[in-house]
Formats: sequence, structure tokens, C-alpha cells
Amino acid sequence: MICFDLFLGFLRVGLFAFGGAYGAIPLIRDVVLAYGWLSDEMLAAMIAVSESTPGPIMVNLATYIGNSQAGLPGAALATLAVILPSFVIILLIMIALKTLLKNPYVQAVLRGVKPCVTGVVLATGIYMILNNCFGLKGGFSPDWRSIVLSAVLGAVMFGSKAVLKKKTSPIVLIMVSAVLGVMAYGI
Amino acid sequence: MNTLADLFVTFAKIGTFTFGGGYAMISLIENNCVEQKNWITHDEMMNVAVIAESTPGPIAINAATYVGYKMGGLAGAVAATLGIVMPSFLIIFALSSWLDQFLGITWVASAFRGVRMAVGILILDAAVTMIRKMQKKPLPRAIMLCSCAAMMLINLFSWRFSSISLMLIAGAVSLSVFWIKAAPAQKGGADQ
Repeated sequence: MICFDLFLGFLRVGLFAFGGAYGAIPLIRDVVLAYGWLSDEMLAAMIAVSESTPGPIMVNLATYIGNSQAGLPGAALATLAVILPSFVIILLIMIALKTLLKNPYVQAVLRGVKPCVTGVVLATGIYMILNNCFGLKGGFSPDWRSIVLSAVLGAVMFGSKAVLKKKTSPIVLIMVSAVLGVMAYGI
Repeated sequence: MNTLADLFVTFAKIGTFTFGGGYAMISLIENNCVEQKNWITHDEMMNVAVIAESTPGPIAINAATYVGYKMGGLAGAVAATLGIVMPSFLIIFALSSWLDQFLGITWVASAFRGVRMAVGILILDAAVTMIRKMQKKPLPRAIMLCSCAAMMLINLFSWRFSSISLMLIAGAVSLSVFWIKAAPAQKGGADQ
């Protein structure tokens, strides 16, 4: 039964994951919170692990969550489910529907879906930052260390782009945040 | 080497050496499949990137399936896709049992509390990049802002309303606007 849930849950993620890895994160968050597979905190930790290990983030998360819920069969099913839609859609486009994406109605739908994904990702990012800093879940409780940490990391990420004209790589930001985390919250 | 084995090994190599996924993979796929193996042309690679933009799922899977199918039919598509997934699957699988214990250590837990802040910033940065690439027109902007506001409310009040429903609504709105705009023109044409 859990395997069935994993398969269906990640099939939904794979089917609607427009907008690359970060477009999929709100979807994965929906699924794992609905089934109670991971907490927000654990999901954030796993996103960081996925960024720091090779391969597509969606595949990494599917493998981890599948394994944590149902061992090897769970991992295999969740991973299969998350890649199946894109595999089938590309085959369909190559074999039968070469002009599918040029169809004006398909284009019109996509023109609506893409900005929606952008909005959903924006809301997820803002919510996660606010939740980290002010503990939105379970009452308003500002945490000064988290606020300072988020401000510093935000300044590094967005400041480096403005000042050095070079983007900080996600892995560098994650490593900096880990060091700051140890300094702020203790050993 | 057998084509299927070659597809599997090449994509497994690509899967092992790309961190963070997404567009980092495109350059590695380009390097391997266009420059070294001559499996596809540069134009085809651009085409794959365009298709990936408009289809769901990891871009690496899209590219592997495309190249695999072109070189070896259905079996080729399966070999290439398995190849690109296998390394991350094995690495995460090996890490996961060990990871839970690792996260139990106090200083590691502290480090990951810091990492949580970084993940928030990374998601915000991804959104900013997506907004920059968005068409600068009223309808996409309105859809983006409404979706963002709706998702914010869903998160704050823990409503059971999935982001997939938001995407379906946005697609339907965009399609309706397209129909309404197209309808008068067609009618006018038919009357005359």
C-alpha cells in the first residue's frame, strides 16, 4: 500500500514538474507533507543533500523518500514514477506527436502553466525563509540567529551577483551555511 | 562497443559527474553526445533544451530519452535513461541509511539548521531567475502574482489545495483568454 502511494505521489510530481528542479520542489513538498513522509525541516536538509550529490534533484529526493518509507522497493518505485512521465512524453513527441508543442492550444496552456510555476516557487521560497526566521508553524516566534543567518546568506547570494557579476554556486552557499550553522547553534 | 552498452555507460558517466542537476547537465551532455560521440548535432541539442522547457520532469531525463531513442530505438531510450538515473540512485540509496544517524549528531544538526536557511535562499534565487526569463506581458505577470498569493495563503493556513490544481487553473485561464481573443477574428472572417 505504501509502495502504491509512493508510486502515485511521485508520478504526480513527475507529470507536473515544469520549470526544472526547483519547479518540482513545491510539488514534492505538497506530496511529502500530505502523506507525512517528511517534515519541512527534513525536506530542506534533503534538498541540500541532493544539491551536493550528483544527479537530478528530483531523482535524488524520490530515491531518498522511497527508501525511507519502504526500503529498496520503495526507492525503485518512487524513482521510476518520477522519471516515467518525462520518458513517455519525450517518446510520444519523437514518435507520434512531432508538432504537439507547436500546437497553438498547447502553447496557450503552457503560457499559463509556466508563470504559475514561477509564482508557486516564489511563494515557497518566501514561505520557507519566513518560517525559518519567525516560526510561522506553531505560533509567531522570531529567532534572531536564523534572521541574521538568512540575511547574511541572502546578501552573499544576491550580493555576489550584483558586485562580482558572478553567481555563488549552490554548493558553496550550502557549505558556508553549514559553517555558519555550527557557529550559531553550537557543537 | 555495443550501442546500448555505450549509451548506458556514457549517460552513467554524465549522471555521476553533474552536481545540482538541471542546466549543469546540458553542457556535459553537449560535450559527450555532440562533440565526442557525434550522436546528435548541436541544433538537435538546442531542440532538446527547448522541448525540455515545455515538458515536465528533469531535463537530463528528457535529453537521455531523446538521444537514446534516436540511437537505439526504445531499447536505446531505456538504456540511456537508466544510465543517467543509476548513479544518483545508488549514491542516495547508499547514503540514506547512514544519513539519518549522521543527522543525529549535535554539531551536524546545527550545521543543517544553517543549511535550511541556505535552501530558502536557493529557492528564492531560482524564483528570481524564473521571473527574469518570464515574458514581460500583463497576463503572465498577473498569473504569476495570483499563483504566488494563492500559494502563500495555502502554506500559511495549511489548506489542502495542491499546487497542481493551481497549475491546472492557470492553464485553463490562459487557454480561455486565447480562445476569447481568437474567437472574434474567426467570426468576422466567417461573416464576410
